[in-house]
Amino acid sequence: MKVTREHYRSVKDLPSAEFVAPGSPLCAGCGGLTTLRLFHKVLGGKVVVVNAAGCMTLMATYPFTPLRSSWLYTTMASPSAGAQGLRDALDILIESGRLPADENLEVLVLAGDGSTIDMGLSSTSGAIHRGLNFWYLCYDNEAYGNTGFQASPASPLGSLTATSPLGTPWSKKDIFEIWRSHRPPYVATISPHDAVDLAEKIERARPLCGPKLFVSLATCPPGWGFEPAMGDELAKLAIETGIWPLKEATDGSIRHTFIPEHRRPVEAYLEPQRRYRHLFHPDRRDDVIAAIQAAVDRYWDAAIASERC
Amino acid sequence: MTRTMLTGNAAAAWGARLAEACYVPAFPITPQTEIIETLAGWFADGSMRGRFVTLDSEHSMMTAAGAAAAAGVRTFAATSSQGLLYAMEVLYTVAGWRVPFVLVNVSRGLSAPITLGPDHNDVLAARDSGFIQLHAETCQEVLDSILMAYRIAEDDRVSVPVLVNLDGFFLSFTREPVELPDPEEVRRFLAAPESRPPGFSASRPAARGVAVLEGPTYSYFRYQLHLAVEQARVVHEEAAEEFERRFGRRHGMIDGYQLDDAETVLIMAGSFATKGRAAVDRWRAEGRRVGLLRLRMIRPWPTAELAAALSGRKAVAVLDQDLAPGLGGILFQEVAAVLARCPVRPSILRSFVGGLGGKEISRAEFDHVLQVTEQAGPNEGPVGPVLLMTAREAEQVGQRLRIAGHVPEEALP
Ligand SMILES: Cc1ncc(C[n+]2csc(CCOP(=O)(O)OP(=O)(O)O)c2C)c(N)n1
Ligand code: SF4
Repeated sequence: MKVTREHYRSVKDLPSAEFVAPGSPLCAGCGGLTTLRLFHKVLGGKVVVVNAAGCMTLMATYPFTPLRSSWLYTTMASPSAGAQGLRDALDILIESGRLPADENLEVLVLAGDGSTIDMGLSSTSGAIHRGLNFWYLCYDNEAYGNTGFQASPASPLGSLTATSPLGTPWSKKDIFEIWRSHRPPYVATISPHDAVDLAEKIERARPLCGPKLFVSLATCPPGWGFEPAMGDELAKLAIETGIWPLKEATDGSIRHTFIPEHRRPVEAYLEPQRRYRHLFHPDRRDDVIAAIQAAVDRYWDAAIASERC
Repeated sequence: MTRTMLTGNAAAAWGARLAEACYVPAFPITPQTEIIETLAGWFADGSMRGRFVTLDSEHSMMTAAGAAAAAGVRTFAATSSQGLLYAMEVLYTVAGWRVPFVLVNVSRGLSAPITLGPDHNDVLAARDSGFIQLHAETCQEVLDSILMAYRIAEDDRVSVPVLVNLDGFFLSFTREPVELPDPEEVRRFLAAPESRPPGFSASRPAARGVAVLEGPTYSYFRYQLHLAVEQARVVHEEAAEEFERRFGRRHGMIDGYQLDDAETVLIMAGSFATKGRAAVDRWRAEGRRVGLLRLRMIRPWPTAELAAALSGRKAVAVLDQDLAPGLGGILFQEVAAVLARCPVRPSILRSFVGGLGGKEISRAEFDHVLQVTEQAGPNEGPVGPVLLMTAREAEQVGQRLRIAGHVPEEALP
């Protein structure tokens, strides 16, 4: 089931402008980069990107940048505070007539899951609490990617990382709910696979003043262990198996923008990835696979029940 | 111009107000809180325009301050102690961004054990961050230094943030008469806050803090930062001259007292230098040729000024209010490095550590400093720092240790 679309019917309706030029030191097939490209297209070019340490930091390596917008690299823990300083300063400049209103910029934080969920959570929590008018894009590759794919609290149950060689024993920290509990006007999950859903969400968030947060499943060929060409297929499988729910919360109330009626078994998504290979070879780990499936089923049973009433 | 009684903290707040800072990101820490509370009141009642925002930590506060300065807004921030250390990562970051703003540090000893009393280990931990450092002795100097700091930071030859330090409690909460300069005169001394162009705008995209993956380019940028901080010597001199012309007070990189014919020079920084002056007065009355040299600027390090002031003296004693475990006094090391390049080198150089965590330095301790220095043999080998503490204080410490059930072998020297 898909929700009705108000702004874009198909990818052909997306703006043709590009603000992320081809050519960057990021990996081939990086889902985070695809998300950023799509996000930027729809958001437009009047943007200052505030970046936290992570893979995307290497996008701009002196003297090159693929971005046609502005860029400020802060630290791993404080991109949202950088956004605060920039937003406040831009407002002061506009109020005092030093910057014409049409020179205004959208402030967009760009951070990975590690920064977002661990170190940067304090500064983001503060920014949401203060009602800062900014955009936050978290590309969730489910690990500390840039340092060699170590476990983060976003690493899912059973996944192998450089610091969880036997598989992570925990389930993902629910960053969507952590954000939602702060009551920002808008929170959404997005996927590089569904450009129209992503674009629709940006349009729905655009008129809202305050923190607007987006978390995207960032398919990661080297970290997850798959051929770059398979990235889109995996992102699609994450949606079809129900592992990556597409949803939004406007003023706190949740709605799913896609409900997979006939969810495929999680194995379809797990098996092609090297980080889950130990669940299938040499012996099948039915206990772990069943636990992953059960968590997905529990999630959707609750979601469907609450969305029907 | 008006004359009024102000604490060091209030004087710091007045510095920001007179400089027309329009952005203040804040986070509380004793003994700095009075500064941000005062500013919060002024933003609330309209005496200051712009924005005052409470942040979630000093790490965030410093990032917001740097980002706002990068966008071209005159920014002020204040912290102390643990707060400065918590923000340390960002001090390096924003100095590397080459953005001008003023940070006040109200110095306080570092944990553990946690304490509220002042010493200089916090501010000296930031000495290699790229921030310029000015250290105030009086409440008036706090205010004046902030005005000079904006002037230096915003000079195109410099364009790095400036840290102004004042001692917790001894200055932060001491009320002294302070002259408030006329706002119109300050406007003439500083560029109008709106004169800097916006750092980011839709039609002029910019990138700051971009990654540099090769060593040579990284070296280039780090060295540029060094050169910019070096330039602050020149700019400080120009600023000091104009400041004196407009406001009648002169602030040098170093501040000499009774130096002209002094054979022995005592070196100090911050508000305890006032106690040092009193000691010099006593010694002078006894006919001893002693003078005081106060370090007002610590970055850039006043190498030439020190070399000139110390050359040809008989003895130099450095009284550090900091302690680098395993090394000793930090400023002592830096002074010693200057003396190595002095043409006529003082043959006696001694190191003292005192006033840690706000411990008083008594007359007797100052006398001890002079006695040890005068009795030291010329050109003796390396001697560790002497920890200043009176017998009564040592006994007090021993008593506390015994109450806590600790039987000290040898509590203190
Ligand atoms: C204070 C600090 N600690 C550690 C690092 C090292 N570091 C750089 S990038 C990175 C990983 C960030 O992970 P994430 O936020 O998930 O983004 P990704 O690398 O996956 O893009 C780490 C740990 C750092 N830059 N700063
Ligand atoms: S490691 Fe993963 S997230 Fe990072 S650039 Fe490569 S593909 Fe993208």
